Amino acid sequence: MRAKLRLNKITIAGGLVFLLLLSVVLSSMIGSVKLPFGLSLRILFSHVPGLDLTPTWTLAQNSIVWELRLPRIFLSLVVGGMLSSAGVAFQGILRNPLADPYILGVSVGAAFGAAASIIFFTHSTGWGQFALPLFSFAGGLISLWFVLALAQHQGQRERETLILAGVVTQALIGAFLSFLIAISGQQMDLIVFWMMGSLANRSWTDLWILLPYFGLGYTYLSMQVRDLNIIALGENAATYLGMDVEKKKIRVLIIGSLLTAAAVSVVGIIGFVGLIVPHLMRLIAGPDHRVLLPLSTLAGAVFLLWSDTLARTLLPSREIPIGVITAFVGAPFFAFLLKKGLRRKSA
Amino acid sequence: MKLFEVVKAGHDFGNAPVLRDVSFEIEEGESFGIIGPNGSGKSTLIKGMTGLLSLTRGEVRYRGRPVKAIAKKELARQIAVLEQEGTPALTFSVEEIVAMGRYPWLKPLADLSLRDQGLVRNVLKSLGLWEIRTQSIATLSGGQRQLVSLARAMAQEPQVLILDEPTTYLDIGHQTLVMEHVRRWHAEQGITVIMVLHDLNLAAQYCTKLLLLEDGQVRSCGDMSEVLKEGIISKVYHTDLIMIEHPVLGVPQFLLTSK
Repeated sequence: MRAKLRLNKITIAGGLVFLLLLSVVLSSMIGSVKLPFGLSLRILFSHVPGLDLTPTWTLAQNSIVWELRLPRIFLSLVVGGMLSSAGVAFQGILRNPLADPYILGVSVGAAFGAAASIIFFTHSTGWGQFALPLFSFAGGLISLWFVLALAQHQGQRERETLILAGVVTQALIGAFLSFLIAISGQQMDLIVFWMMGSLANRSWTDLWILLPYFGLGYTYLSMQVRDLNIIALGENAATYLGMDVEKKKIRVLIIGSLLTAAAVSVVGIIGFVGLIVPHLMRLIAGPDHRVLLPLSTLAGAVFLLWSDTLARTLLPSREIPIGVITAFVGAPFFAFLLKKGLRRKSA
Repeated sequence: MKLFEVVKAGHDFGNAPVLRDVSFEIEEGESFGIIGPNGSGKSTLIKGMTGLLSLTRGEVRYRGRPVKAIAKKELARQIAVLEQEGTPALTFSVEEIVAMGRYPWLKPLADLSLRDQGLVRNVLKSLGLWEIRTQSIATLSGGQRQLVSLARAMAQEPQVLILDEPTTYLDIGHQTLVMEHVRRWHAEQGITVIMVLHDLNLAAQYCTKLLLLEDGQVRSCGDMSEVLKEGIISKVYHTDLIMIEHPVLGVPQFLLTSK
């Protein structure tokens, strides 16, 4: 029955790409200064190399679109894609629809790694900015190791045990992070806001920092889609089909953590994206990771773009942390999944 | 030609030994059954033989080489394993699941070749799954799902098929269906079949050689008719029973006599 509900994959992909492009234009219109659709579109096109449009806009309008809104828009697209594809990777390789780097505490570990490096070394500018994702990655890996070791019980990882281990990890590393904030003095505000996630005041540079991580991480994951399908059969079955499951698992989790940690190092902790988006896409497009990965990445980009647009426009003259927005959507959704999962535990 | 040699295999879970000093051989082309009561070590033995579990003591050799030393992918091209639980209730289609059987043969990133696709098609047809190939396996019954798992194993083109209690959750109709397909495959392709069975009557019907385990040790091993003796079976399973000859097939069958 469900197969019939599934839409054609190309239709979904096309729809998402269209939605993404439309969202970029719409989001660039919205803000404290509102711009008409046509004007925004023309300003955007004027920056496409080779296109020479006669300016019908003011310099101020150009700088609002090009320097204020667009870096942020693109950043939200990339971050959304990173978080969402990391979610697909975690859920697929752990065979657990509730697993995602945020729920398992990798995000908070990454935030801790980055915060520690900000406090102990000063590198908010220059080359230090590029090193931040690596500290973040180290923190994320420590969390990952911790949560997996905690959830491992006689070689088995139960679905709910893993989530509980994630809660413990989040609490523990969250405490370390709060401690860092308490001793950090003047950088405190910076770190607190960054813990709740924000894309405010981000420039093109931040985008350039993230893009290589996104490119590498996504490319690696896209080469693992068939293996993720095989692993859905069960770890033993995958081994009998010739896969080195432990090795594969570690690699995929590390790359998923890298994607997450890099994103966290630039925009802070943004929860639930990697949980909701892959789940919805699985309902719409089915379980095949060859389709699920690209579609979830696209959908995650659109989702985060609108979350950020809401974050910067919902209240006049003040930002809401984007993590708050995604949590408003994501936490009830997580509750729903948990309830459903408990009811059909065997499924 | 010796296919499997198990030499003084032993395994402990914690301090409790579940396998002790198990030695036997399986010849190529045999239909080999492993029987024994619950907890006698059958599943552990199978896991050791397929390299899923690293045995505490002893050695398992496949075609003369230690199983542990054979790469997983190479092993998967030779040996297919059908697990008791079969395939989980995923929303993949029947055809997609069967095509996964080609995994050990595919080059990284390469798609199914025309030959792969043809093979999958043939397997689907020969197991009567062609009509339901686009259905999600989550919608199938346990019996149909086990047939899909068998189809996946066939698509793997193995030389050895290992079945771990393949009929446990099946009704008698599907039991027979699965076992008959295995028998036909064995007869037509000459593959070696190794199966762990709970049902002694099925073992009598489908195996030519048997290994009887008790408390992790070999109780007896040899031709089916030598292993299936009333006295020893009754003792090993702690059950009152009588053995009769199957009126049609002429193999031993057991009837429980406890009231």
